Amino acid sequence: MIENLIDGPLWYFSLAVFVIGVVWRLGSIIFASRKQDLSVARGAAGPAAVKTVFSRFVPHKEIASQITLPIVAGYMFHLGLFALLFFAAPHVVFLEENLLGFGWTPMPHWAFIVAAQLSFLGLIMLYMRRMVNPVSRLISTWDDHVAAILTFVVMLTGCFALLEGSTGLRLLHRFTVELWLIYFPFSALMHTFTFVPSRAFTGAWFGRRGIDA
Amino acid sequence: MSEKLEKGLEVLRAEMDGKAKAFFSSCVNCGICAESCLFYTETRDPRYTPIYKTEPLRKLWRKEYSFWGKISSALGFSRPMAESDLTDWEELVYDGCSMCGRCSMVCPVGVDISGMIFKVKHALAKAGISPEGLVGATQRAVDIGSPMGITLTTVHAMIKHVEEDTGLKIPMDVEGADYMALLSSNEIALYPEYLESLAKIFDHAGVSWTLSSDAFEATNSGLQIGNKAIAGQLVQRVVDGAEKLKVKNVISPECGHAYTALRWEGPNFIGKAYPFRVVHILELLDELQAAGKLKTTGKESERLTFHDPCSIVRRGGINAQPRNLLGPITENFVEMADHGNMNWCCGGGGGVSSNERAEELKLTAFNRKKSQIEATGATGVVTACSNCRMVMEEGVETNEMGVELLGLTEMIAAHLEDRPN
Repeated sequence: MIENLIDGPLWYFSLAVFVIGVVWRLGSIIFASRKQDLSVARGAAGPAAVKTVFSRFVPHKEIASQITLPIVAGYMFHLGLFALLFFAAPHVVFLEENLLGFGWTPMPHWAFIVAAQLSFLGLIMLYMRRMVNPVSRLISTWDDHVAAILTFVVMLTGCFALLEGSTGLRLLHRFTVELWLIYFPFSALMHTFTFVPSRAFTGAWFGRRGIDA
Repeated sequence: MSEKLEKGLEVLRAEMDGKAKAFFSSCVNCGICAESCLFYTETRDPRYTPIYKTEPLRKLWRKEYSFWGKISSALGFSRPMAESDLTDWEELVYDGCSMCGRCSMVCPVGVDISGMIFKVKHALAKAGISPEGLVGATQRAVDIGSPMGITLTTVHAMIKHVEEDTGLKIPMDVEGADYMALLSSNEIALYPEYLESLAKIFDHAGVSWTLSSDAFEATNSGLQIGNKAIAGQLVQRVVDGAEKLKVKNVISPECGHAYTALRWEGPNFIGKAYPFRVVHILELLDELQAAGKLKTTGKESERLTFHDPCSIVRRGGINAQPRNLLGPITENFVEMADHGNMNWCCGGGGGVSSNERAEELKLTAFNRKKSQIEATGATGVVTACSNCRMVMEEGVETNEMGVELLGLTEMIAAHLEDRPN
């Protein structure tokens, strides 16, 4: 009964909430009103917008040494999670059979272990910093905590599911993924997508003024 | 709901555009922006974290624009915005932010934090929640024409002195001139050598220029306090003056926020494009030098460094020009460790220097610039903003640093080649 629910209606419901929610949120940003800038531009906004989307992956050298921990931990977590999400063998099979109809070569088991360790360590470091650093403690919201904990739980149940190979643990992982998908569009997790227009807006602003941002 | 809160919320709602939604949807509260802000680095007070200063706008976004905020409000679980949500941020926004924009350069998700802080400032200003010093300066700008209460009579007196000292005629209200020059209050009250330098340089380069009786003041207190309506009113005076004299260009002086107000925000404040070009004095000097019309001689042997005014460089895009100009007249020039687009503010921008209440905090923030200057071993600091110069002179005096502050335009004027008779 529960298996049918998790593998069936709840999966489709969570996927629909995720897709519709993300599209709605992005649409509300992209199609929201923006005032036309009447000043004479010194540089081109478009190329600067595209450039900034990519350039912000690397911190300015003038500040890099002060933010080493969040940058390194952030890369560990995000790259590890990306690798797990798209290259873990069970995920490749799942995506091929349930969504895409085609697959690709998954990463070997040793790479999975490395990616999992990196992402867990990165997430734990980021969360500890959030709890300990006075700045992060002041500005963090309940949403930041829920998003981090939910992501951690999804990763943890994913590891359990892989290692034990039991149906119960697989269902538990899938259920937490579904909760995560439902929560995603209404939370800080949306930065996964909104960082693109955010960086692009700022890049365009600087670009018009002829500033390399 | 109080009238102040109502006015403030009205502005915040009007400012909630696509950019603000993208920014607040993307911010994960990493706090990296704190390390970019000299008010945080010099005090280690987390309240000065740049993104925290946007909290009034962000709180409104969470309450009225986010899914959970809407649900909470519908179910009656959400506390409505209170006046304290605005008043509690007044000190952070006006005293603890110089609008330098360094935070906007480092945000990993690209939030233009400085731009969001200005939106909060705008709301506070409209709600009447602003520091007394800035309110007074803004009122004087509206009533008298200058935040320091400078009148046309004072300008005439300065012109008389400059003409006596240089032997050059200062053109006033010349219709059809190529350039109309503006002055900041500081340049009239504290640094009259700026006008003297303009006269010498333009005479040397054969530039057709004028001052305007109707529009001599470039300082824009409306921008400093965050009141867009007043900022527009002050910009309109310049536009009217320039249109009356039918000039082709208006020169923004060595003043950071005046450049922002006139060059970048002005057309948006008044709702129309200008029929003339706005050029910063450094841009013009660089153009004259490139055209071979500005010939200098001799070099400063003193060890000099350059302080990048935030509104001119990081937020204004004039980065190469001061270096181009300094190169030929210095032989011992050294850059600060963080310079150009990632410079550190002097601590007095964004109206902080006009806000007496922020005096102590401003001097604390100056410690960053102090250590930067000391690390270069320079005995002279050149800059191109009269406000930065004034703030740094105070910091240098307070800390007994024994460093001289110099204006770049004056340095150019001091090195002009004699013209053949």
